[in-house]
Amino acid sequence: MATVSSELAAKVKRCEEFNAEACYHCGVCTAVCPLGYGIMPRKLFRQVMLGLKDKVEEQVPAIYSCLLCRMCESNCPAEVRISENVRALRTLVNNKEL
Amino acid sequence: MALPIGPILGILGDNLKQRGSVLPLTRAAATRWSKGLDLPRGGETILYTGHMYQLIPAIDAMASQMALLENSRITKLLGMGRLVNKVINLSFFMSLMASKELKQRNDEALRNIVRLLQAAGVDFGYLYGDEMYSGALVYDEGMDDVFGAHARRVAARFKKHGVKKVITVDPHTTNMLREIYPKFVKDFDVEVQSYLEVVAENSPEVLQPQDQTVAFHDSCVYARYESILAPPRELLAKAGVSVAEPELSGTNTHCCGGPIEALFPSEAHRISKERVAQLEKAGKQIVTMCPICWVNLRKAATEGTTVQDISQLFSAAFVKSSQSCT
Repeated sequence: MATVSSELAAKVKRCEEFNAEACYHCGVCTAVCPLGYGIMPRKLFRQVMLGLKDKVEEQVPAIYSCLLCRMCESNCPAEVRISENVRALRTLVNNKEL
Repeated sequence: MALPIGPILGILGDNLKQRGSVLPLTRAAATRWSKGLDLPRGGETILYTGHMYQLIPAIDAMASQMALLENSRITKLLGMGRLVNKVINLSFFMSLMASKELKQRNDEALRNIVRLLQAAGVDFGYLYGDEMYSGALVYDEGMDDVFGAHARRVAARFKKHGVKKVITVDPHTTNMLREIYPKFVKDFDVEVQSYLEVVAENSPEVLQPQDQTVAFHDSCVYARYESILAPPRELLAKAGVSVAEPELSGTNTHCCGGPIEALFPSEAHRISKERVAQLEKAGKQIVTMCPICWVNLRKAATEGTTVQDISQLFSAAFVKSSQSCT
């Protein structure tokens, strides 16, 4: 069973850098990612927005393994700022807010 | 066993906070490249290296150590290493382990950039020992508090010297100063241009045309963060160099793997091998524009492939042969 943290969901909503609402899960980001991770970044962002804290915590290595190369971002049809979102999540992890 | 993220980032952040750089360089190591160039001290327009080329040999040595530790139980001791590093500068030993050949190559790249700017008729100074690292790595890792404080120190240093324009030498520093500093430093109004943009604008005369074809690797940051695509291509064309574009180039360029080398060395190595394979299909003479791409692709290159910094090629084409060094 997943644990939902309304605090995490609210925190991300307040975070100006984080804009994943426009994502419609087309999967282009995953297809073009040099890392080839299935989780990155669409599932991760959905988990974050839903406040699925446990699931997000499992993804901490993936959050730090992102190259921030923006390959996904420049091909995203929904113009989600994927790299900045990942960086915002790193800030939350570093500040122990996740 | 994966490397522990917290202690490694902690060491880099502590170093920036306490010692002014992620992997502290001595003043001599940071400025050694400028010896004999007689650059004016300070001025309204300065060349700002951001220490990237100078740091690469130490970063490369650290990455090699991390690759050895990646599957070792010793990684558990990195937490203790962070505590010790607060008192004794452990990361200093990385610069001692750094390759001498790499230090010389990177110093030469900076000298080539200076000669190129001079050939283009650009006047500029240099801050010597007062120059500081930009903080790019801690920003990328999301350590915003540490980065913000550092960025304000760098900006204060510019202000003290009356700097109005900065010419950068690598994509990461260009992006930090142009896009990120204004978000963290109030009233940051320093004009920032990459040396590639400055030289392309000033259009130096070609002295020794370079009749060759190169496989061109765009840096992710220049291509997708800063939209710097045309200036290096225009200069290469002017220098008589034909560009062989790999399958993924321009805004669709493929990363060199370098950004994750400290935390995920095996994965970084896999990505750099993949990129080299793409580039080698285009040609065996690869050209890069970023010191991180340069070192990573060179390590992954197969026999018979050369990887050079674009400044070397430009220096050969635009600088008098008695001055240019390749």
